[in-house]
Amino acid sequence: MWAYFTRRLFIAIPTLWVVITVAFFLMRLAPGGPFDQEAPLPPEIMANLKAAYGLDQPLWWQYVNYLGNLLQGDFGPSFKYKDFSVTELIGQGFPVSIQNGAAALFIAVLIGIPLGAMAALRQNSGADHAAMTVAMTGIVIPNFVVGPLLALIFGIWLRDTMFALPVAGWNNGALPNRILPVICLALPFIAYIARITRASLIETLRTNYVRTARAKGLPFRMVVLRHAFKSAMIPVVTYLGPATVFLLTGSMVIETIFGLPGIGRYFVQGALNRDYTLVMGVTILAASLVIFLNLLVDMAYAWLDPKVRYE
Amino acid sequence: MTSVLEIDKLTVSFSTPDGAVEAVTDVSLSVEAGECLGLVGESGSGKSQTFMAAMGLLADNATANGHIRLDSMDLLSASEKKLNTVRGERIAMIFQDPMTSLTPHMKIGRQLAEVLIEHQGVDKETGRRRSREMLDRVHIPEAERRLDMYPHELSGGLRQRVMIAMALMCEPEVIIADEPTTALDVTVQAQILDLLTEVKDDLGAAIVLITHDLGVVAGLADRVAVMYAGRIVEQGTVADIFAAPTHPYTQGLLACTPRLDVETEALVTIAGQPPNLQNLPSGCSFHPRCPHVFDRCKAERPSLENLSNGQAKACFRAAQEAAE
Amino acid sequence: MSDAPIRDSRPGANLSVPNAAALDKAADVEGRSLWQDAFRRLQANRAAMISAIVLIVMAFVCFVGPVLVPWSYEEIDWDILEATPPNFDTGHYLGTDSLGRDLLARILQGGQVSFLVGILATSVALVIGVTVGATAGFMGGRVDQVLMRFVDVMYAVPLMFFIIILMVVFGRNFYLMFLAIGFVEWLTMSRIVRGQTLTLKNKEFIEAARASGGSTASIIARHIIPNVLGVVIVYVTLTIPQVILLESFLSFLGLGVQPPMTSWGALIAEGAQEMEITPRTLILPAVCLSTTLFCFNFLGDGLRDALDPKDR
Repeated sequence: MWAYFTRRLFIAIPTLWVVITVAFFLMRLAPGGPFDQEAPLPPEIMANLKAAYGLDQPLWWQYVNYLGNLLQGDFGPSFKYKDFSVTELIGQGFPVSIQNGAAALFIAVLIGIPLGAMAALRQNSGADHAAMTVAMTGIVIPNFVVGPLLALIFGIWLRDTMFALPVAGWNNGALPNRILPVICLALPFIAYIARITRASLIETLRTNYVRTARAKGLPFRMVVLRHAFKSAMIPVVTYLGPATVFLLTGSMVIETIFGLPGIGRYFVQGALNRDYTLVMGVTILAASLVIFLNLLVDMAYAWLDPKVRYE
Repeated sequence: MTSVLEIDKLTVSFSTPDGAVEAVTDVSLSVEAGECLGLVGESGSGKSQTFMAAMGLLADNATANGHIRLDSMDLLSASEKKLNTVRGERIAMIFQDPMTSLTPHMKIGRQLAEVLIEHQGVDKETGRRRSREMLDRVHIPEAERRLDMYPHELSGGLRQRVMIAMALMCEPEVIIADEPTTALDVTVQAQILDLLTEVKDDLGAAIVLITHDLGVVAGLADRVAVMYAGRIVEQGTVADIFAAPTHPYTQGLLACTPRLDVETEALVTIAGQPPNLQNLPSGCSFHPRCPHVFDRCKAERPSLENLSNGQAKACFRAAQEAAE
Repeated sequence: MSDAPIRDSRPGANLSVPNAAALDKAADVEGRSLWQDAFRRLQANRAAMISAIVLIVMAFVCFVGPVLVPWSYEEIDWDILEATPPNFDTGHYLGTDSLGRDLLARILQGGQVSFLVGILATSVALVIGVTVGATAGFMGGRVDQVLMRFVDVMYAVPLMFFIIILMVVFGRNFYLMFLAIGFVEWLTMSRIVRGQTLTLKNKEFIEAARASGGSTASIIARHIIPNVLGVVIVYVTLTIPQVILLESFLSFLGLGVQPPMTSWGALIAEGAQEMEITPRTLILPAVCLSTTLFCFNFLGDGLRDALDPKDR
């Protein structure tokens, strides 16, 4: 099994390298540079700026330099936030994003799985239809709609009541400032996880081995928990891989709406400002995160399905 | 002898988006202790559903009417909770497909022991010891080691033995074997049949053998019931039915079974297709395929009538001949 | 049902061996009634039918409506220059936005963009996905391995970031956005088509066609594609809303369509700025976008249920 994961890790490194290389050269292909402004800078200042950021070097040398620095954990200087390195910006933003993401995922699993399981066990009942309609709503109403709406309700309409919640800023991670962003981020997850759990559990309950378990005279609760549940969780675990990507893109919206200093907002700002090093840094971080979490998901498989014993 | 399991006028229908479909119609059957009843028919003839109803394992869209009695207890009207006191304990089922009928993420030993733990309240060690003994009994080599294996680590034949062991854990009075050999290789089929014969002789349980294979029935069963389109069309002892089948469908079935001891020129088949249950032919359901059909068969349905020798059949022609 | 067809390999065990002509005819009848059956099941699904009607009406209104609206989406009403409530005298049936532009005209224009993106980007995804998936599934072997490994790698990359990088690098070009989104969405399509092709490839009727001397091209055209079609239709219906969502997402962040051109996502972003004063500018485009996404999802689910009866 460990051999398998070592091999997977060796596949992950080239993948990451491709991501870095493609992102690097795409960025350099861009017409116009990061220092293009409405009023053009005098040529000598532009030259100085370029020299300061190493942009006067040949492209391949910049690339080799960038890779070399990356290996030492240095993402280079930010083009726009002049006094910060990208590593510093990420160092500030990442904890904010990861805390919100983890909280959202935790809430989603805690609510989504029981909700989906309940719907599956009462298939086609009113409760089932109600739960699934709510889930569908959670999926199709995007969080850039839910976010402003929640802000409207809790920040403006309920401003003078006890339900009022801050709708902007991080305030060093004060709990009230976290509530709306995390809810907003968690809603679609709850919905997806509930739907996947329901579909998967319904399918598992129809399998021959669940029929065998029932034929043994086990109480239904035991049939579900012992024989059906573990297999039914496989698709949910699979979903957690793509969910990471979802979480990352979600954080762009949520952090922009609620003005949180996370990597999602930095990325969007970087993209709007053509802050190439920052955009690249966040992209590389995101890719590593996705690859790492997919690896974790694969490890969970081995536990859920003994047939998947990696050789 | 009195019968252990008695099915009385059982009807099973499924509600589908295209209307209700009756899979089992007016079926009455009984099995005695120590007896093996063979239930024969094509796919979709309702033979499996008859006993799924007995186990309380019908699909959600099914409704069953009639009575299925295990001694004095009516299984059809019993609550799930009450049913669970007899399922696995007094009535057990061996399923068709051993490859998918064992829980993939549980070790064999735990799947076996949980039957005892649930019904007899034994502790884990006793459960494990008796599971090992049962694996020995169904001739699984290296039983101790198998207990800690997952189903996918065993071959199909071994898995079917595990299924049989699982059914035997509580030494039930009734064992229902639904196509126990269909999914297996021919050589393994023979071994499983030997094992079932052994079980029948040792345990004195009533065995119901559901199959489409008359060869299997000939080897194991004492009595046979033949089902066609949800109804029993002929019933009798194995000797009688094999020696003198009277229903044209049974005759056809027997003629189709290839025999090694008789030289035949070509394989015999029954013409036509099994009927669509949603749209059964008028009169006798078999009449479109019957070589001896006459007008009355198309208009009227023959009922199952007892003959003097204990045989029973639902066919006008047979009744006519017997009367002549 | 456990009485599902049991195939016994021994001769005679299946009792009836109809001749080949009869089989052929039976398959033909089944082929036709499969689609008819599916259509009937779809008609019985009220949510799906209502969704389909709503979508057709919305698309029609978005593309034809602007002709009937007195203002165009980019025209600024110099008499107003601020967000105002609906006023029939000035012809602003849903009022104006903060720059004095007609909200109704802008919502209709945004709808056009959303529907166009949905269809064009999905077509891009469809063409790439079906080509890659069918090739991989049908050729098998090394081709399959290479293509699917590539898809695996692409899955492990947060592609949203790359779309954004592309938008940054090449400017926010409208058509580039279709292409970029399409290039991202084909992955799942290719996997689905490959899986379906693989199962079909080993089905008896394909083997029969092969045995009777059909060429690879004719087998793909006459047997594989018609049988993959159902799954593809379902997946296309479910991809369109994803694509619409992606476009709105980009536009919301300011990385999609550029002013004065607009889309529902851009309108939501503008509305969010002014929701304190005129919640209408946020809520109306949000309702339009959500309704469209809702309807596409219901329709997709309905189609899946209709075409895949085992899931009933």
